[in-house]
Amino acid sequence: MPLETVSVDTERDVSRVRRAITAYADNLSFDLLARTHLVTAASELARNMLAYAGGGSVRIAKLRHEARVGLKATFEDQGPGIENLDEALSDGFSSSLGLGLGLGGARRLVDDFELETAVGEGTTVSIASWHEPDRHPPGGP
Amino acid sequence: MERIAIAQIGDCLLVTIQVDMHDRLALTLREDLGQRLVQTQATGVLLDISGLDTLDTFIARVLAGIASMSKLLGAETVIIGMRPAVAMTLVELGLTLDGVNTALDVERGMALLRRKNA
Repeated sequence: MPLETVSVDTERDVSRVRRAITAYADNLSFDLLARTHLVTAASELARNMLAYAGGGSVRIAKLRHEARVGLKATFEDQGPGIENLDEALSDGFSSSLGLGLGLGGARRLVDDFELETAVGEGTTVSIASWHEPDRHPPGGP
Repeated sequence: MERIAIAQIGDCLLVTIQVDMHDRLALTLREDLGQRLVQTQATGVLLDISGLDTLDTFIARVLAGIASMSKLLGAETVIIGMRPAVAMTLVELGLTLDGVNTALDVERGMALLRRKNA
């Protein structure tokens, strides 16, 4: 179920993405660590989009699978695309701007990670994290 | 223009970050702090980040950069009040902020600075 689309054109929009995902994660009673991981991953990806593609959009959606609920964020840009994907996903890689750790780090922080890219057309990255309301009551570990 | 306030306590500068720190704000803080260190000749910087619920690689690098810059200007930096979830996320990202002093609260941070500067 789509919740919101945030357009990312400036640094301030990266903060807006963080705030939006924080609010939805709280709303779905994500535990603190899962929320922090997801928001941090989203922050890295929104920042990448701004740095390498000049901006893009983030679609935030709620997922449901049996007893589990999930929060998904899809980062879509019309930038140059990623030529060497293995390298871009490897840890510590940074092609410029000293950002680094972006893609590989973001992937490690979430449950699901998908990436589609075409050189000259753009890149779409989706991340999602899941939560079982019964197994992790709000405030629990 | 939006700025993060810098307070002086004795020989220390105390910076309390209470907002979601966007990039420009972080970079402005770095510049302001550099100037204040020169003006005040402070020997310690306490960076209170207990209000931050996320710290991504960019902001973490700016904080580490502030610590390095302060050291060159004669001041030790202590990062204070990092939330456990933030610490765990930084470890997952492989960013361990080596060489940056940390303390749980302002009091312990001040004690650490006193020991360092003794």
